[in-house]
Amino acid sequence: MTTNPNVSGSLRNRLVLTLIGGAAVLAVLLFFAVRNYAAQVAQQGQDNILEASVTSILDAAALRDGVLEVDIPYAAFSMLTTPTDDRVFYAIYQDGVFLSGYEDLRLAAAPAQSDWSFTSGELRGERIRQVSASRTLVGLGRQTEIEVVLGQTQDALSRTLDQISRNAAFLGLGFFLLTAALSFWITSTTIGQLNKLTTSVTRRGPQDLSPFKKPVPREMAPLVMSLNSLMGRLDQSLSQSEDFIAEAAHRVRTPLATVRSYAEATLHRVERKENREALRAMVRAIDESSRAAGQLLDHAMITFRTDHLVREDVDLVELIRDLVQRLTPIAEMKELSLSMTGDPTVPYSGDPILIQNAVRNMIDNALKYAPLDSTVEIEITGKPEIKVSDSGPGFLPEEIETLTRRFERGKNAAGTIGSGLGLTIAQDVAIAHGGTLVLTNQPSGGACVILSL
Amino acid sequence: MKFLLVEDNLDLANAVSSRMRLDGHVIDHASNLEDATAFVETEEYDLILLDIMLPDGDGRDFLKRHRASRLDTPVIVLTARSQVSDRIGSLDLGADDYVTKPFDHAELEARCRAVLRRKSGSAKSTIEIGGVVFDPVAGHLTVAGETLSLRNRELRMMELFINAPGHVFSKQKLADRLFSYDDSVTDNAIEVYVGRLRKHLEPSDLKITTLRGLGYRLDHDH
Repeated sequence: MTTNPNVSGSLRNRLVLTLIGGAAVLAVLLFFAVRNYAAQVAQQGQDNILEASVTSILDAAALRDGVLEVDIPYAAFSMLTTPTDDRVFYAIYQDGVFLSGYEDLRLAAAPAQSDWSFTSGELRGERIRQVSASRTLVGLGRQTEIEVVLGQTQDALSRTLDQISRNAAFLGLGFFLLTAALSFWITSTTIGQLNKLTTSVTRRGPQDLSPFKKPVPREMAPLVMSLNSLMGRLDQSLSQSEDFIAEAAHRVRTPLATVRSYAEATLHRVERKENREALRAMVRAIDESSRAAGQLLDHAMITFRTDHLVREDVDLVELIRDLVQRLTPIAEMKELSLSMTGDPTVPYSGDPILIQNAVRNMIDNALKYAPLDSTVEIEITGKPEIKVSDSGPGFLPEEIETLTRRFERGKNAAGTIGSGLGLTIAQDVAIAHGGTLVLTNQPSGGACVILSL
Repeated sequence: MKFLLVEDNLDLANAVSSRMRLDGHVIDHASNLEDATAFVETEEYDLILLDIMLPDGDGRDFLKRHRASRLDTPVIVLTARSQVSDRIGSLDLGADDYVTKPFDHAELEARCRAVLRRKSGSAKSTIEIGGVVFDPVAGHLTVAGETLSLRNRELRMMELFINAPGHVFSKQKLADRLFSYDDSVTDNAIEVYVGRLRKHLEPSDLKITTLRGLGYRLDHDH
């Protein structure tokens, strides 16, 4: 009955993916930002030490008797000590001429434009940071330029950096996990509001078309509003069509009733055989059409109710007793009796209107075919099962399969009035309650219809 | 029996009334709720036949008011509306039974009888002629101090005869009264029922005379 909606994507997935994707990007950015900043700070630290070291070397340089003397202070190197024993290289130049140290250090250094120049490079297969600075010495009318280049490997620095990177990675991962958890939580609370609305729509009874009154978040108000207006329109059109059917039935049946009553009254005054036959045929035709109309309406109502089965607790015995009491006058008219046997109470959960209608059709059927002065037996057992049997001609074995089809009537039904819907209705009701309708013949003759619920 | 028929369709009301009078009942007809209320306030009825759709309101409202004012006159609802839910609704409102239009008059009559029988053992409806007491509601016939229950068709035949003693009923008339339209009736069947009634009436002053070629008549020997 319900058509599955055309599903495209999931709001929850989309939200979660967007939030988690965003968190991942942010976490990676955070990682790089922290690492870069740490690297900068660490580099700055190394540079500062190198600078201090070079400064102390330059300070120690002096022109003595026109000769350059550089006495490298012990502190200049001791301050460069690191836990990883980084190696230190130095080179001293005077006016661009190599004086002492590692001559190849100069090659790696860019010519110093300013006073201080920091560069990273490679020396003897190791990454180094080097700093070069120069100082002009003046003495005895002579001016000379001393340049000091100091390089240091970066083992300690890269170890620190590795440590910081690891910590930054942990930080990023933690941030990511926290954000992911948050986004799951946010998504489910947001979707939860929608689910709550869905549940309250689903849990409504089929007849409940009243508007929603419970508070909803502002963003969902338009949805609820359009839902309410849709239900309002549905309710209106349903009650309109119900009224229409009732009115239509009234308009059709009242004149039919008039015709029938007149035909009956006339029959009492008319003597000629042909006229009487015509009147009888008329009455029969009216009965046939009104019965068919009634059964069709019943069938439509029953189809609706079986589609939206609402179960309530009933006592089958009490339910059927009411029905039997109501049908007794009809049975009496035909000099038939109805007898009811079985358990004293049979509690069951089902739709009482549907069950009564099904059994009514079964009894109607039996009354139609039962011979004069016989008894139609109704038995209710706790299975629960309702069995209606008569002592009429029974079903033709080859027709048993087809009799429950719509508008299908047995061959021996020719002389009786019926629409061919009675057993169809009974079967529909049985199926809606998860049961069956079984048509059999009794060993002693006569039909037996069993409704198992 | 005195009936109130509340029905706005005049043709139908006339047809039902004339048929009911034929059976010896008294019928008042109201074509709207206002008239019906006025009738109920001034007269006492054995049974009310109530249509649901009336020009000035819903018959069920009348039913509700009727039950609220503690009047226990039985009510049979005549409904033309969609079948199941409506019928059950009227029963919940206090109707004793319902008949769906168009109805078989014999069914209406059977239902009236059943409702009256349920509501009261009312002795006021009995007819007494020639030492025979007939209670059409209970379906009892008392002959020479002995009460017996009549089967449905015997009862209806007896009702017909006893309401019009001395009147000749043709076999056809009797068949119309006793059998529904989809029953196949043989003349023999009528003779069977006449035979049964004769046997019941044997100890009394009443007898059913056969008028060859014309039909049957209930006679009262003095």
